[in-house]
Amino acid sequence: MSTSLRNNQPIVFAATAAGLLLLGTALAFYWVPNAPIEGFRQRIFYVHVPIALTAYASFAWGAWKALRLLWTRDRRYDLESYTAVHIGVIFGVLTLLTGSIWARTSWGHWWVWGSRQLVLFLVLFLFYAAYFMLRFSVDPGPRRANISAVYALFGVALIPVSFLAIRLAEDLVHPVVFTHDVQNRLTASQFTTFGICFAGMLALAGSLYVNELTGKRLDARLRELREALQ
Amino acid sequence: MTSAEKYVTAVYLVVLAVVLLYVVLYSFKLSRLEREVSELAELAARKAERQEAA
Repeated sequence: MSTSLRNNQPIVFAATAAGLLLLGTALAFYWVPNAPIEGFRQRIFYVHVPIALTAYASFAWGAWKALRLLWTRDRRYDLESYTAVHIGVIFGVLTLLTGSIWARTSWGHWWVWGSRQLVLFLVLFLFYAAYFMLRFSVDPGPRRANISAVYALFGVALIPVSFLAIRLAEDLVHPVVFTHDVQNRLTASQFTTFGICFAGMLALAGSLYVNELTGKRLDARLRELREALQ
Repeated sequence: MTSAEKYVTAVYLVVLAVVLLYVVLYSFKLSRLEREVSELAELAARKAERQEAA
């Protein structure tokens, strides 16, 4: 990566996210026709699903950085893994909020405890929310980094379970749209809009990740500097 | 506005609100970091003065 691109990473991510999300929202409202069953409310799909997939991607990124930490013992991966989990939790909150509103308008309930995929996502979210409690219950240093990395790696095993639960669930409350079934599958306009919104959400996550990581690095350096000066 | 339109609007507004909340919280963090940098600069200046005096 060139130096100028690396220096302008936050701006590139933020501008890409803003452009793609504005375009995706415009397409969702003015280009995509109403879905046969869901009608107008199907537009929630272009926000909710990209956010959920971005949460999975952030947790997976955190696990990858955790693996790099355990593999190389390079301490910088600890902060990167922690930041990715932090961003994943923000997107997890958004997934639960947007999913809950969609559930209310589609099923008449804010939450359905009988739906395995919803409960599994909640378990995944709570697992990563507990990451912070674990992390801050251990003193800073290599032990904290290693314990956090192992925890982040364990959590990633829940992602395929949570993702596949939507397909394997027998209750079929949660809709499945990425399918070969002609009646339920996405049309070209729906898929294009979804792709743009998903790319926008990934860019937004990238923007938050880069900014948050810069802030956390700065915080750590200032702490070191304070210790050196006192 | 129909019920579906209200819920769809709510979803988009929730996302916007959470992103804006993040920006507000991050601006507080930046203010704190800026304050800490000023404190450390003062600390470094005082340390330099003490070293010169010695």
